[in-house]
This record gives sequence, structure tokens and C-alpha cells, in this order.
Amino acid sequence: MKHDSLFKQFSLSIIWVWLLIFALLPFGLVTIASFLSRNDSHLITLPFTFINYFQLGNSIYIKIFKESFYIAGICTAICLLLGYPFAYLIARMRNRFKSLLILLIIIPFWTSSLIRCYSMITILKPRGVINSILLWLGIIDKPLPLLFTDTSVMIGLVYNLLPFMILPLLTNIEQLDHRLIDAARDLGANRFTTFRKIILPLTLPGILSGCILVFLPAMTIFYIPDLLGGSKSILLGNLIQNQFLIAENWPLGSAVSIVFTLLLAILLLIYWRSTRSNQARDLL
Amino acid sequence: MTTNVIELRDVSKTIHDHQILFDINLEVRNGEFLTLLGPSGCGKTTLLRLISGFEEPTVGKIFINGKDVDGLPPHLRHVHTVFQSYALFPHMTVYENVAFGLRCQKLPAQEIEARVTEVLKIVKLEKYAKRKPEQLSGGQQQRVAIARAIVNRPLVLLLDEPLSSLDYRLRKTMQIELKQLQRKLGITFIFVTHDQEEALSMSDRVVVMHEGNIEQIGTPRQVYEKPENLTVAQFIGEANIFESEVIAVNDGKIIVRIQGKERIVKSSLNFTVGQKAHVLVRPEDLRVWDHSEVDDTNDMFPGQVEEVIYKGTTVDLMVRLSNNQLVAATEFFDEDDDRLEYAIGEQVWATWLSGWEVILPYET
Repeated sequence: MKHDSLFKQFSLSIIWVWLLIFALLPFGLVTIASFLSRNDSHLITLPFTFINYFQLGNSIYIKIFKESFYIAGICTAICLLLGYPFAYLIARMRNRFKSLLILLIIIPFWTSSLIRCYSMITILKPRGVINSILLWLGIIDKPLPLLFTDTSVMIGLVYNLLPFMILPLLTNIEQLDHRLIDAARDLGANRFTTFRKIILPLTLPGILSGCILVFLPAMTIFYIPDLLGGSKSILLGNLIQNQFLIAENWPLGSAVSIVFTLLLAILLLIYWRSTRSNQARDLL
Repeated sequence: MTTNVIELRDVSKTIHDHQILFDINLEVRNGEFLTLLGPSGCGKTTLLRLISGFEEPTVGKIFINGKDVDGLPPHLRHVHTVFQSYALFPHMTVYENVAFGLRCQKLPAQEIEARVTEVLKIVKLEKYAKRKPEQLSGGQQQRVAIARAIVNRPLVLLLDEPLSSLDYRLRKTMQIELKQLQRKLGITFIFVTHDQEEALSMSDRVVVMHEGNIEQIGTPRQVYEKPENLTVAQFIGEANIFESEVIAVNDGKIIVRIQGKERIVKSSLNFTVGQKAHVLVRPEDLRVWDHSEVDDTNDMFPGQVEEVIYKGTTVDLMVRLSNNQLVAATEFFDEDDDRLEYAIGEQVWATWLSGWEVILPYET
């Protein structure tokens, strides 16, 4: 149908134009900026230079990269350990609680994550919800230092990113043919063997995509370390934000962004390579 | 040593307040090819799951090789299942799929290799051992599923509609292959299907099921030629059903009145005078004659040809009888009856040879 193909081309061009203007163009600008010099009045200026990238070799930046990797890694591991059993239970449910539970995972998305972060403060602060309850119960004498610690940053990260682990896992586990588990049982596999040899390998695409979806934002959500860590812990996201907004060193901030983007691309490439089937690729 | 490899005694199954199976009694003989046949929802798959151990009966007992298997998990029952759409492990090779059961038993590696190789040879897949299931055709996947089950040397192989996802031609080939495999292995097969043609052509015995009950157990010939009730008759093959009334009973010969005509029918069942009954005639047993071919029309039924369907080896006719009942007749080309050129609207006589019908008590 001519009409259909016209409509199709129109819709596709809108998407392409959108991506060009709002994704590719900014990325191109950031790439160019990362090769320019710093200027106090104009922010960026000629000449072209590699100095911004050389600066990243500085031990402070290396340390921030390492720290970010470490924290994001722990956060991903916690999300996986919490999210996998949760996703598995929901996926295997057959009653009305299933949609309710899925709804409960999605509801937090309706509120800005920044606002939810502030509400975490009221829960964690010295006179906050947790400490008040513990004091009232007489379990503790003085408020526990919960806020502005590595723990509070981790709680905030896990709280914000857990759904990104659960949802791809949920999709993956739901696609799992239950007859495969029956078949494994029929052939004499116990629960542990069935999990290790059948369920785990078949949900690996979900695990990988969940990990990527948690790991990458964990390094860049700058406001969580800012608000819950009291600006003590600085992650990659904070570094980029600081360079742009506080130090006003756009070229350096751009260079960090580019390095981070490349890192991201490498991770996605590894994922792409490790999953051969299209079904697994669709999970991300 | 019992000759019944499986026995079900008074087995009932209720799932979520919904009774699926009612008082099932079934004996499966050692080495036979038994088919559970019935429309979807008749409980045949549930019955299979009770035998395999994935479900437990609500009431009743199941014996496998003379042993009560109550509470015994699937893999300890010496019974293995070939699942619908095979349930092959997609991330494992053919070899790994087949070896899975043996590895779970922690057999020595040498024995595993010997047995897997042997079984792959039996199902003619030794060249495909390193392939993944997705790289195989439907028929080959089917054979992997069978190999994966028989490598464990089960007493009974349970097959849950294993051919339903194959296309018509392949299904025909696999039917023959399955039957040959069963003979070669000597393992008892319990085969579930809703396809009556499949059931008749493959089985030693057929169990006809309907709404959670067993309607009839018999050889394919028995269930086709001597259906015990209307449900069986209607489910297996086509049947023209005439309503009739018994007007005389005389030593195995029963005289019935059908649409005002008197006919002699034969039955081993007991009928009393005045009783209403169904007389069943298969389309291939119904003969249609045109007016010039017959003289004595005393026990024939007048009608009009409504549809002629040429099928190569046969001609199928739809004939509207004078009481408005539509009957189907399949006429074979043979030397006795060379005139098979019926015209739509043609007036004909329909009849059948006495004794080729089945008479059943009236059911509403």
C-alpha cells in the first residue's frame, strides 16, 4: 500500500531526525569539545589538543575511575542477588498477585528519581524514620550514622536501579519454557542441577542485560552520591558534572564523557558478541 | 512377573475444584503401543502426567511394574516422557541433551559415551551429535527427544502429542518411523493424540477418552468397527446415524424400523421390542444406486444427491434423504459399479448390506 509506506517513511524520518539532532549532534559536539582547549570567557576555544586525554592519566582520575567501577560493581552484584530470586518468583506466579507485584516495581518510575532520593534522606537521616523507630524501640541509644556514608550511597543506588535488573530478568524468565524444567526433572536432575545446568544458562542473557542496565547508570547517577553521600564520594558522573558546572572545564568534562562512552560501547559490544540469538538481544 | 507394565486403579484427579479424570481403570500391557485418544481437554495429557509423576492422583493408585508409585518422583519411575514440542535444551548440543539423564545419574564417562553413541545410532543422528537443536529439522528434533528419553532405558515411554507440531507429510513419515522404533526397542509406548487417524494407524490398542472418562478400550479395528457408544462412533471416523425403533428381536437378529422401512440388523447387545436405538452406518458402507440400477427398493431409502466430491480414489456423496436427513456416502471405483457419475439433484436410493451397521441403545 502506497499510503502505508508513505506513513512508514514519515514516521521513520521523524525518528531519524530526532536521533540526529538530539543524540548524534550533541555527541559530535562533545567529541569536538574534548579535543579543544579551555577558555574562561568562551568555555572552549582552539587550538586542537590531546591534553584533556593526557590529563585523564592523572592518578586522581584513575582513582575515580577505579572507585566508580568498584561501587558500580558492588551495586550490580547486590541488585542481581536481590533481583534474580524476586524476578524468578514473579515470573513463575500464575495468579492475580503477579500483575500487582509488577505494578509495584513500576510505580516508583512515576516519581522523579531525584525526589525519591530526597525521600531517602528523610528515611536515613539522624532523626529520620529508621533511627526514630530504632530509638523508640530502645534498640539503640543514639542515632546511627546512616546518611552521608558509603552505605547510604549504596542503598540509594540499589533502590534506584533494582527495577532495571528485575525487568529484563523477568522477561527472560517468563520466556523460559516450563517444559524444559519438567524435562530436566524427568531425566533425574535435582533442583540445584536444574538451576545450574538449565535455568542459569538460559537466563544468562537476562542476567547480562540486567547487569549492563544497572552497572552503567550506577557510575553516572551523580545526584545520588551528591545527596546521600554528602559529596564525599565522587564517582564518574560527579566528575563529569563538576568539570562542566563547577570547574567550568568543558574540554576535560567532554574527554571524560567520551572515555566513558567508549567504555559503554565496549561493554555493549561484549554483550552483543556473547548473545547470538536475536531474542536475547531484544532484552536490552 | 506381571504382564501389565502399568496399572491404574480407580484413579481420579481434581485440579482447582475441577474434576479432570473420573475413576480411570487402565492396564497397559508390556511392550504394546497404546494410544490415549480424545479431543483436547478430555484429560489425556493429565493422565499422562499422573503416570509420569508430574502430578499425583487425587484418588486411586498407580502401579508401575507391580509397584505402587505413590509419591515417587518422575525419574525414579522408570518412565520417561517425550514432551510436546520436545522441550530440548536449546543451549546444549544433541549429544549433551541425550547425555543429560545419564550425567544426572553420575554414571562413569565411558559408559555415558557408549550409551549415547548407541542411542544416536538407533535414531540415525550420530552425524548430528555436535549440532544444537535449533540447527535440526522438526523430525530430527523429534528423534533427539526420543533418544534423550530411551537412553535411560525406561520401561515405558510416554509421548505427549509428539507429532502435532510437524507438517502433514512429515507426520506421516514419523508415524511409520515411531512404530518401527517401538518394535525395534520393545519398549511400551503410551502415545497421546487427538488425531484419530494417527491413533488407528499406529496403535496396538486405543483408549478413547471423553470428558475425563474412558469410553472404550480396544484394538483400532474394534473401536472403529464396533464402537461401544455414540461418542466413540462419532469421534472416530465419520458415521451416519439413523434413529430407529426395535420392532422384533429374534435370536441375535433384530428388526428395526428406520424412516418407515424395516431392516434386519445384527448385534450381540440385548434389545427389547419397542426400544429406541441408533443405527450407525459408515459412509464407505453406504451404497447409493440410481433408479435404473435397482428393482427391489423395500429396504432402501429415497433421497436426492446434494453434493458430489471427487477425491481420486473415491467419490464422496452428500445425499438428502426424504426425511430431510443428510447422509454421507463414499463410493469406491470398482468393477461392480462403474457408473459413479452422479449429478447434483439426481434422485437416488441409499442402502447398506445387512450386518455392516452398528446398533446402539438410544442416547440423547
